[in-house]
Amino acid sequence: MTVEALTEYGFEPLCVPDPDREITGVYIGDLLSWVMGRAKSGDAWLTIMSNINIVAVASLADTSCIILAEGVTIESDVIKTADAKDINIFSFSGSCYDAAVLLSGLL
Amino acid sequence: MSEELKFHFVVDGDDFTSAGKASVQVKKNLRQLGLSPETIRRVSIAMYEGEINMVIHAGGGVADVTVTEEYIEILLSDKGPGIKDIEQAMQEGFSTASDNIRSLGFGAGMGLPNMKRYTDYMDIKSTVGVGTDITMRVNI
Ligand SMILES: Nc1ncnc2c1ncn2[C@@H]1O[C@H](COP(=O)(O)OP(=O)(O)OP(=O)(O)O)[C@@H](O)[C@H]1O
Ligand SMILES: [Mg+2]
Repeated sequence: MTVEALTEYGFEPLCVPDPDREITGVYIGDLLSWVMGRAKSGDAWLTIMSNINIVAVASLADTSCIILAEGVTIESDVIKTADAKDINIFSFSGSCYDAAVLLSGLL
Repeated sequence: MSEELKFHFVVDGDDFTSAGKASVQVKKNLRQLGLSPETIRRVSIAMYEGEINMVIHAGGGVADVTVTEEYIEILLSDKGPGIKDIEQAMQEGFSTASDNIRSLGFGAGMGLPNMKRYTDYMDIKSTVGVGTDITMRVNI
């Protein structure tokens, strides 16, 4: 499915500069080096980490989007940077597990 | 590409918010050169880990990237505290990062192992109290 379609399933778009990007898998993690070592290109990255460094990590690991679970909030300048770097970010009110279960039925 | 291309970056030691800038720029440059996405991903992740290490552990440094017809070489050089036991530092999970740094998502002790994983060649030269030089190469 494309990143854009996430909005139909309760994922709230925070910035979606690259809506046609295909989601090909899921990776869950908050430790950035684990994400860079284990996430695959195209994965939706589920995390509760919301500081500015997630933008560079998502860009370099080439994930299809960041999904911030547990409804964690994010600073507006992080969103601004993500927009400029073509990084999609969504917010999700449930847990990483809830989001992963939902995505598992969709992918 | 008939000749070598070189990129030079100064990595700021106390700017956390823009940490990773050099790696993101290198990714962009390599894309323009038309290298494969997998090669670009390996190079830029390995460089990011090294760049972040210079920011977190060494107060900054310099990065030099050379692109030849056969490989991409990344040289990272800092005048930080150096690494006492390189073999230990290379182990997954070993980290001396502070709680403050860990709260940002760093400090898993996976950076150096990732650099090794994503490159075809990696060499660390480090002297305590003098600094650290890391060479990495990814074959094209
Ligand atoms: N440039 C450097 N100068 C001094 N010490 C370093 C440098 N790079 C790494 N180290 C030491 O090696 C350890 C392991 O580095 P590594 O990148 O694997 O993990 P980390 O940076 O602590 O955590 P992570 O990379 O997972 O965020 C560091 O905690 C630090 O003690
Ligand atoms: Mg590191």
